[in-house]
Amino acid sequence: MLEYARWKYILIAVVLALAFLFAVPNVFGDDPALEVATKDHSAMTADAAKAVESYLKEKSVAYDKSYVEGGRLMVRFPNVPEQLKSRDVMSENKDFKDKYSTALSFAPRTPEWLRHLGLRPMSLGLDLRGGLDLVYQVDLNSSVTQLLEGYATDARRALSAANVQYKDVAVVASGSNGPDSVRILLAPGVETDAARKALNPALQNVGFSTQSTPGGGSALLATLSTATIRERQDYAIQQNITTFRNRVNELGVSEPTVVRQGANRINVQLPGVQNSAEVKDLLSRFATLEFRLEDEEHNPIDAAQTGRVPVGSKLYTKTRIGRPILLKREVIARGDQLTSATSQTGQQGPEVAVKLDSRGGDSMLKTTRSNVGHHMAVVLIEKRRETTQVEGKPVTRDITDETVINDATINGVFSNNFVITGLSTGEARDLALLLRSGSLATAVELVQERVIGPSLGKDNIDKGVLALEIGMLGVFVFMAIYYKVFGLVADAVLLANVVLLSALLSMIHQVLSLPGIAGIILTVGMAVDANVLIYERIREEIRKGVSPQAAIRAGFEKAFSAIADSNITTLIAGVVLWIFGTGPIRGFAVVLTLGIATSMFTSLMGSRALVTLMYGGRRKVARLSI
Amino acid sequence: MEFFHKQTNFPFMATRKVWYALSVFLMIGSFVLLGVRGLNLAIDFTGGVNAEASFANTANVDAVREKLAAAGFKDPQVQNFGSSRDLSIRLPPTPGQNESSIRARLEPALKAVDPSAQVKDLAVVGPQVGSELRTSAIEALAATLFFIFLYIAFRFHTWRLSLGAILAVMHDPILVLGLFSLTQTPFDLPVVAAVLAVVGYSLNDTVVVFDRIRERFESNRRLASDIALDQSINQTLSRTIMTKFVTSIVVVALLFLGGPVLKGFSEALMVGILAGTYSSIYISSAIALDCGLTAEHVFPSIKKTAADHLP
Repeated sequence: MLEYARWKYILIAVVLALAFLFAVPNVFGDDPALEVATKDHSAMTADAAKAVESYLKEKSVAYDKSYVEGGRLMVRFPNVPEQLKSRDVMSENKDFKDKYSTALSFAPRTPEWLRHLGLRPMSLGLDLRGGLDLVYQVDLNSSVTQLLEGYATDARRALSAANVQYKDVAVVASGSNGPDSVRILLAPGVETDAARKALNPALQNVGFSTQSTPGGGSALLATLSTATIRERQDYAIQQNITTFRNRVNELGVSEPTVVRQGANRINVQLPGVQNSAEVKDLLSRFATLEFRLEDEEHNPIDAAQTGRVPVGSKLYTKTRIGRPILLKREVIARGDQLTSATSQTGQQGPEVAVKLDSRGGDSMLKTTRSNVGHHMAVVLIEKRRETTQVEGKPVTRDITDETVINDATINGVFSNNFVITGLSTGEARDLALLLRSGSLATAVELVQERVIGPSLGKDNIDKGVLALEIGMLGVFVFMAIYYKVFGLVADAVLLANVVLLSALLSMIHQVLSLPGIAGIILTVGMAVDANVLIYERIREEIRKGVSPQAAIRAGFEKAFSAIADSNITTLIAGVVLWIFGTGPIRGFAVVLTLGIATSMFTSLMGSRALVTLMYGGRRKVARLSI
Repeated sequence: MEFFHKQTNFPFMATRKVWYALSVFLMIGSFVLLGVRGLNLAIDFTGGVNAEASFANTANVDAVREKLAAAGFKDPQVQNFGSSRDLSIRLPPTPGQNESSIRARLEPALKAVDPSAQVKDLAVVGPQVGSELRTSAIEALAATLFFIFLYIAFRFHTWRLSLGAILAVMHDPILVLGLFSLTQTPFDLPVVAAVLAVVGYSLNDTVVVFDRIRERFESNRRLASDIALDQSINQTLSRTIMTKFVTSIVVVALLFLGGPVLKGFSEALMVGILAGTYSSIYISSAIALDCGLTAEHVFPSIKKTAADHLP
């Protein structure tokens, strides 16, 4: 007599039903699509969506469907050429170009009701389905200039301390390779040796040389060694790479690669993303905050109209509070003093909870103590670099946007812990994300943007998928022939395992890449092994002359320790690789870890349940079909 | 259907010295090959040249590949991208390369296929797998081996089995790497994934045999160790061969039908699966035996381990 607890049947049924629901979006495939988002991160209105739609129609771009989802307009196309055409057409429209950012992506063909439940298919990696490939150029000269400016300050201080008279200290380029030196113009009659003596302890890693100047007096050139320059440049690149990684991770893109390319470029690959406007926007933005007191004694409207700004104040016309505003010049705290920023929903709606370091906190405490009841504003400073074509030549300029995003009454004395309110949900999320993910060490410029299309290696992928399907079919047929009815049970269990694993991978939004597929193949192997272990054990028992039902029970019981130990050992490998690994190794580890969990569940519980259903009810089983 | 109706009884342990010699030979061979010849690292590791070309008509991928090889570019990777008229071309790095010299060689080769061909973009790229990944991979593997050592020592009460398992697990990927060095098959990221999977298979096999050894010792504490090991391996042999056979169905399908992209991947898996079977018999068990494994080590006290609970 074989028995299996009822709650286990119920558990298996519930788990499989849920798994089926989560896995089912994967069978629908996807359409090429165009995402249109507003540049100020507000939701697309129905009117705005209509305007875009009719514009696309006017330009005879054939699209299937268009709808607003998550504040963004999604336009679906029957094929890739139409999708590419739509992007070109959109970029021709100057009005749209200013207002919207567009992105190529793949919209899952999941039915609407499933989408409403938040169910999505897993996406495929850059190696399988393409993705977004971005190349950023880092302005290394400005990073070296920053270092040289520090040297210049040190030089001035050292010369003054040693009473050496100088006319000027400036950052210059000694050759054609960008700034690399500090030039010290000495006052007439001052010996260069005296200056060098004064400077020697202050300036390290520099080589000195003398220059004659037309205006009399000599000049001393302190040039950085090439090693120091390279070190500084490497540092700038490395810090930008770190910031990019943080930002990409915050976006939840899995298996991204952020690597240095050549001397001054950074390559960012985002599988599955295709070309998300949000990603591009967020990656290249340099953002910081300033907290300033409002100048309440003067009228900002007058200042804006007359152009006369009171001394000690600064006028901001770009604000999200609906009016221009005058702010005091002194900065209370800056973005680099920030230690954390999280978006949350407070009593007054969405807000960002901000934490400052002790220096920022002290300054905030001092200010708020004497200014309760006054207004404090938050200025968001965003820097980006833009290259435009002027008379056929590319012209690069840095654009700094200073926006007053919030103006609030100081309600009490606080120091390093407070919230910024009066934001929309989207703004709160974006602001927190931007502040948290760190600032870029140097301005970056997007120099190359490649959308690796779905046709990249499509033949190869089709071949691989077909091979995998044939292989799996071979396994199914062989199991059924070799183990007969039990083989069919194993087939059902393997199928359930694949469904369960895809459900889990879809749930955690895992991006599937080739290493992940290796993980699946290993998992299938482990699941087959578990079943083989059980069935071989049952056969062994039958050979000993044990009754069929007792053989089944003994088979499951005796195989258990082997299955458990071998799976747990492999699970340890999976978890450790998940924790310590990066990139492809982590992709493999994630799939392996989840796959072992699902295969243990299906092979041990699922197959036991199925076998018990078949052979447990009847009192006497004469023969097992194994 | 049943392949192994009769219980086999091969004296595996008796011949282990021969197999040790073979393994030592293979390991030394692999290390020498890796040291002298190295791996044929693919563009994922080495970086190289990334170029895009567009054609007026549908581009003939195979013809382009041929012409590039004829022009002296080693292992060019040519793929369609964006549309059928656009190609993405990846070339391994050549010493002293710069963008203009490569363009000067690349353009004529493409124009020989189709005069309308144009090189749109050409960049010398860095490796996708940086040195940081390499160090993190080594750390990850070291940590994995350490935890597996602990777990097996905990579950089987003896370091002898742990040592055997760790050596077997290291044996198989080294063999795969040695083979890749010998054949100079391109070593790319999918192969790395396959090597990780090989570690998984090898581990699985080893522990299944260990479990049977534990069971043999449990049923008869006075059983001589080499006989217990032989019995364990023979009793699990039908399972071992069945599992390997079934897994191989998938891998063989990938090898012959999966196309060039999956070739290295499936070769590594195939070799690794075979090596895993071998090492679970002649490395992990045999080494434990030569470290003096006895029933007392696995069952230090008379008390039965509370291992066998049902799910």
